[in-house]
Amino acid sequence: MSRRALILGAKSAIAQAIARRLAAEGFDLILAARNKSQMEPFAADIEIRFNGAVGLVEFEALEWDTLSSFGARIEREFGEFQLVVLVVGYLGDHRKAMRDSEEMQQILHSNFTSSALVLGHLANYLEEKKEPCGIIGIGSVAGDRGRQSNYLYGAAKGGLALFLQGLRNRLSATQVHVMTVKPGFVDTPMTEDMEGLFLVASPESVANDIVRAYKKKRDILYTPWFWRYIMLIIKYIPERIFKRLKL
Amino acid sequence: MRDDKYPYLFRTNLPKRIIVLIGPSLTTSHLPCSNEIFTICIVMKPCEMTGWGLYPTILGRKDRARFLDEVRGFVEEATPLLPQGNCRSYGDACLFPRVVSTLELKNLLAFDSERGILRTQAGITLEEIIRFALPQGFFPPVTPGTKFPTLGGCIAADVHGKNHHLEGSIGNFVEELEMVLANGSCIRCSRRQNSDLFWATLGGMGLTGFIYAATLQLKKIPSAYIALRSLKTANLRETLQIFADSQTDYLYSMAWIDCLASGTGLGRGIVMLGNHAPAAISPPTTDFKLHSSNQRTIPFHFPELLLNPFSMRSFNTLYYHRQLRSISDSTIHYDPFFYPLDTIGHWNKIYGRRGFLQYQFAIPFANGLQVMEEILQRIAARGSGSFLAVLKAFGPQEGLLSFPIPGYTLALDFPLRNHSIIPFLHDLNKIVLRTGGRVYLAKDAILKREDFEAMYPKLEEFKKIKRLYDPQNHFRSQQSERLGIS
Repeated sequence: MSRRALILGAKSAIAQAIARRLAAEGFDLILAARNKSQMEPFAADIEIRFNGAVGLVEFEALEWDTLSSFGARIEREFGEFQLVVLVVGYLGDHRKAMRDSEEMQQILHSNFTSSALVLGHLANYLEEKKEPCGIIGIGSVAGDRGRQSNYLYGAAKGGLALFLQGLRNRLSATQVHVMTVKPGFVDTPMTEDMEGLFLVASPESVANDIVRAYKKKRDILYTPWFWRYIMLIIKYIPERIFKRLKL
Repeated sequence: MRDDKYPYLFRTNLPKRIIVLIGPSLTTSHLPCSNEIFTICIVMKPCEMTGWGLYPTILGRKDRARFLDEVRGFVEEATPLLPQGNCRSYGDACLFPRVVSTLELKNLLAFDSERGILRTQAGITLEEIIRFALPQGFFPPVTPGTKFPTLGGCIAADVHGKNHHLEGSIGNFVEELEMVLANGSCIRCSRRQNSDLFWATLGGMGLTGFIYAATLQLKKIPSAYIALRSLKTANLRETLQIFADSQTDYLYSMAWIDCLASGTGLGRGIVMLGNHAPAAISPPTTDFKLHSSNQRTIPFHFPELLLNPFSMRSFNTLYYHRQLRSISDSTIHYDPFFYPLDTIGHWNKIYGRRGFLQYQFAIPFANGLQVMEEILQRIAARGSGSFLAVLKAFGPQEGLLSFPIPGYTLALDFPLRNHSIIPFLHDLNKIVLRTGGRVYLAKDAILKREDFEAMYPKLEEFKKIKRLYDPQNHFRSQQSERLGIS
């Protein structure tokens, strides 16, 4: 039986790195992104290199009414799938969002509401499959503690982490494994040549960590690994002190 | 070190084009993009860019395009720009104050594994093409002395390889180009369709439009190995004679020349002739072994003290005498054969911080020996030759600004310790020009406009086509401004 993975938000560099890793593991892929025509060259590349099937689907995370039937629609079009990877995210401009309601909504909805809605529906879909399935949600270390410079993004990603935690709890008795990923800072095209900077990880190494951890059925993954300990320290700073830090 | 403006942050001035501020995010909400719990603040400043020769250096703004519509968006901006690949050309051909990098455009678009025809986005490097194609028994049909340039860059410079005398440059294997023109429109061109644009783009140094994708005929090979014959020669006459004799028997040929030897040994060297080695009987699994990705990297610019006539002369003499027998046969992997310098990352740093000029010229076969001797004598007399001088025979080439002409070509490095080398090279240009020769734009940083115009007789035809497809002179480079290609 061929395994098939659905990647939501497939346009980002992390999503593409994960897609490559999964294709190398023998997964067929369904790439969901806004503006699917942009994804065609990438899909062709994956098909040529890995001989797997790649489907493209238009995905607009903010059109909530369409999300309940999304799983069924995918299955009709491409067949059953066993793994869902959610890479939807929007960092946004925090300073602008403090005043601008539209930007605020964009950050909260992209990172939390839409993500939770689509995963909620897809979780029901996977649960009914009665076979080993998985959900990988990409959160952020920013979701571990709220701070003034980034609390909208942080709150949304933190909310997503709680959502995934609850989902994991609910599905632990089933065959659906839920993994939360909390990446630190990831290299983007703009930060090329930044070798040797220990805080920055390449999308490829993050994708490697994710796929490896998924195979080992990890629950929560910090990537690169040291972020677990950085966040541990940050989380344990007493609030009385933390609130005065200008973070 | 600590940053002046934000004293609580550490500042790393990584490869010059970005300032990265790292530290705990105390009072950083006013910074442009504080991220996560630590501030990693990336302030884009006009990045400092340079070609492989580390000279010249300019400040510029660089964006990387990830999708075709992003390419069109960048091209449609009012500012003139230059498409930029992996910056492996030596001089200022890859430089401009506004560049759009193709390095994220590296998806394969189609592959015919029967015929070895690959359609791919043009930002892919030859190295990545080899990684994909070699295990299936294919290799780039033409490859320069490094595997790190992008395919788009190779096409823009219409690069040649050791097989030029028989098979021509990479343009001969390009079936079709997909380009974004100055007005933002997408266009395909080939020998049959928009052929004027096609011939201008091969060797057109990126000045006719943005090469988004290309269809390339790969070469079917029996193994990853080369059957190599090295011959030691006593002087230039012997070296050139071997080229003449081996013209058709060997697909690959080149010679390393001791450019500091003079007198009777002038032009002595080692000629390397090669053919693809047949597949080994056993074990067949290693027939298509890939190159290793390990590189030893030169971490800093070498002090210029190390580069002196004595060290250069010693290196050249040792290199010449390394081979004891006059003829030696062996089978070697493609990586050391085609890319001997690629195993050392940033080998360009051995020439010191001020960089170097690579000088490559081509002269016709007629009087080739005398002219080459004259040039080598001048270089030997000056005593400032290079570690590696490479000689090769060329066949004909069609692209309007393509470099190869039937004859001989010689490539040398000259460290830029002081600029007195520049007038010296201008003098050599005069000799090259007098015999109907030319210098290679992909390596040039100093050519004079009038010399250039005399060297490339099809320049006017090129300019006419450029004006047709790019009437505003939207695609420019430092080099095109210097040489007046508009």
